[in-house]
Amino acid sequence: MPINLYILLAVALFAIGIIGVLTRRNAIIIFMCIELMLNAVNLLLVAFSKMHHLKMAGVDPRIGTDGQIFVFFIMVVAAAEVSVGLAIIVMMYRNIHSVDVNFLNRLKH
Amino acid sequence: MSIIQILFWFLSVVALFSALMVITSKNPVYSVLWLIVTFFAISGHYILLNAQFLAIVNIIVYAGAIMVLFLFVIMLMNLNKETEPQKNRWLKMAGAIAGGCLLLVLVAALKDVGVKEKDTALVYEGGIGLIKNLGKELFSTYVVPFEISSVLFLSAMVGAVVIGKKE
Repeated sequence: MPINLYILLAVALFAIGIIGVLTRRNAIIIFMCIELMLNAVNLLLVAFSKMHHLKMAGVDPRIGTDGQIFVFFIMVVAAAEVSVGLAIIVMMYRNIHSVDVNFLNRLKH
Repeated sequence: MSIIQILFWFLSVVALFSALMVITSKNPVYSVLWLIVTFFAISGHYILLNAQFLAIVNIIVYAGAIMVLFLFVIMLMNLNKETEPQKNRWLKMAGAIAGGCLLLVLVAALKDVGVKEKDTALVYEGGIGLIKNLGKELFSTYVVPFEISSVLFLSAMVGAVVIGKKE
């Protein structure tokens, strides 16, 4: 498939994630939109790694592996981030009995 | 259209539609379920690109572990009611317009930035995404980051326990 289509798909997924972060007020849904953006970037990294492999396979038969390793590490960091972030959301719910981010404006006053 | 093109378009439509449903459904449980559909569609794209290891890891880690964690939190806090305390409609519209502008700018900038005819992603061929190649690379060149990520996991686990503990 042409790389253009993968770029457009990843950009669209990323923009949907951005719109979700900007429009929703529920902290859990904002968190899920961040996961969506991470996945859009992962998809683009894999597509670029395969494109690079196609162009340079004559030089090095294993070229392009780095991109997929990076995707693996992004998934690792995302998993760690989710565990800590959900703990923070649970603590926030325990303190203000809501997951609405609009209530978190104490620094404003 | 070949079978690969049909699969690509089908998976793209599924991914985009379910991503839209994630941000439009009122009930957080439905959002989680639509996000799982999105992750499965992205895993399908990985399989199409012959990145089989990443496809399996995506399903196991994201759809299997992270989304279950989200569901547990939503169920335990009893958040699965339809109402979202609603406020400014204009703020919502401004967010949607800002995101749409970002999409427009990125598409316009990346539409044909020096892309030639042969710049195609290799679909369904090439063995770099197989577990043999990735495992060899992960345990030789990238062994130090791999070990550091295990320390990261340990610290995340300790952090989650410390934050979530009742004092």
